[in-house]
Amino acid sequence: MAESLKVNRSPATGPAAERSEVMTVNIGPHHPATHGVLRLVVDLEGEVVKDVRPIIGYVHTGIEKSCEDKSYWKVIPFVERMDYVSYFFQMEAFCGAVERLIELEIPERAKHLRVIFLELNRIHSHLVWLGTTALDLGAISMLWYCFRERERILDLFEMAAGQRMHTRYFQVGGVIEDIPLGFEAKLREFIREMPVRVEQYQALLDRNEVFLSRTKGTGVVSRERLLELGVTGPLLRAAGEPWDLRKAFDYLAYPKFDFKVPVGTVGDNYDRYRVRVAEMVESTRIVEQALDGLPEGPFIADDRKYVLPPRSELSTSMESLIHHFKLVTEGYRVGPGEIYYAIESPRGELGCFVLADGSAKPARVHFRDPSFVNLQAFRDMSLDGYIADMICSLGMLDPILGGVDR
Amino acid sequence: MPDAPGLELIRGEIEAAHPGAVLDTGFAQERAVLSIDPAHVLAVLGWLRDAPGQGYRFLSSLHAADYLPATPRFAVHYELLNRDRVERLRVKALLADPAAGPVMGVGGSAGGAAAPFSTPPPPRHPQRNGEEGQPLPEIDSCVELFPTAEFQEREAFDFFGIVFKGHPNLTRILLPEDYVGWPQRRDFPIGGEPVTFTYNERAYG
Repeated sequence: MAESLKVNRSPATGPAAERSEVMTVNIGPHHPATHGVLRLVVDLEGEVVKDVRPIIGYVHTGIEKSCEDKSYWKVIPFVERMDYVSYFFQMEAFCGAVERLIELEIPERAKHLRVIFLELNRIHSHLVWLGTTALDLGAISMLWYCFRERERILDLFEMAAGQRMHTRYFQVGGVIEDIPLGFEAKLREFIREMPVRVEQYQALLDRNEVFLSRTKGTGVVSRERLLELGVTGPLLRAAGEPWDLRKAFDYLAYPKFDFKVPVGTVGDNYDRYRVRVAEMVESTRIVEQALDGLPEGPFIADDRKYVLPPRSELSTSMESLIHHFKLVTEGYRVGPGEIYYAIESPRGELGCFVLADGSAKPARVHFRDPSFVNLQAFRDMSLDGYIADMICSLGMLDPILGGVDR
Repeated sequence: MPDAPGLELIRGEIEAAHPGAVLDTGFAQERAVLSIDPAHVLAVLGWLRDAPGQGYRFLSSLHAADYLPATPRFAVHYELLNRDRVERLRVKALLADPAAGPVMGVGGSAGGAAAPFSTPPPPRHPQRNGEEGQPLPEIDSCVELFPTAEFQEREAFDFFGIVFKGHPNLTRILLPEDYVGWPQRRDFPIGGEPVTFTYNERAYG
């Protein structure tokens, strides 16, 4: 992690020496433009980036190790705190993996509710990205507009789950509670308004000369190179590859919904911006369809070996009380097995590997975090460009350092 | 996911070119698994990537796991993906722990040459493994085949002490450079980490 910070100076001989001087500059770990605790050691020749080494690990908290000491249901709030902007996705990756290990089918209503919250979380995550990245590029007002809409999403989360962030709303088997009265009306109002808001963002940015000249043609990486580097998500789609796990794999209720996968053409920072903004609109469409087709029925599976019994039964049914007690104290056991379950998070393929050894605690929980893998493309994005473009590329890469370092 | 006959065909073709490379095939939780000998990892991954009709060109994830009571103890998982056919395949390279002695649980003597009655010197941090001189499991690095593996192999090295031979820069990635031990191993305790404050920095830092 620690790398000695020395200034490289080539011997100054002759008049051209001043131009060819390479200087190593340290950016971060605490810097507003690094979107977290990320340190960049940059070799500069004038203002041109000759090499960049991201140094990570400053917010490593050993979550994966801690998960090995927690029973399965206690792992959920832990993994939420990895990528702290897209917490519903971490929950879905972990809960989905465990559900597949124990072969527990979740009810249709739970699938729809999960899709609603996942897509709201995607919009929320993209809003945070748009606000902070535009802030990096000098468009300060974008932050306030984006956070205004984000606040409404957080209000919705609070209404359903009681928490604005790190909600622990998804459970193994479904979701913890049904949506409350009044939620639907509030969500419909949001769905009605969001496309208009996105148009307003575009009106602010799409013809902004500063924004355009800083994003167009910068940070270009070819589609082939991105695939080699394992990059997924909006970064890959901006380079023209229509790869989206929601379309490719059949999980939750996604096959039922009609939505488009926005792709770019050039793969520069401008395409990345356009793809994410278009995704916000598509996510709004998915939320609307999921809400329209929300089936009646239970919101959590009815398997007492894995799912807590309803609160109302505890005072009347001895059996429910025993199940409740066993589930809360020991947790449920998961038979030996291992699984890798991947979903499409706002940043790309979020995979969760769970190794079960038959006890009530997982033997290993590993997250393939898209920010961690995508960060490898950062060098290719910023090489031989200006340092200002590097800052723009980093914003468009959208790494969440909590997810990178875990 | 290739079906069972498809997986056996893959196994047969790899076996024809590299006898002894595939140890086992199986299906676990909707996923085809190919357990392989670590000595042939590059040959198998390269074949799956480049052979016509295979085309597992995308490495979704590379991670390690520690199956402690079992032997071989470690495994490196390669989650391969064929994006055209939308098929996933897990290649699992099983790695024995070279530090494990002939008896389970009595580790530490490299090569087993130590005299039977000599007591080993107490380690500096009794709760940590990964002292200097401890032999580490080794496997070939696949960065040449899949450049995406660079960070992920460093992470596996960082947390499990698995050495990827031929990796361009195999150093710790998330933990500090001077960290001792391989914390994601199953025998590394939780809470074995002293918290460094200013007043005890000299003792632990």
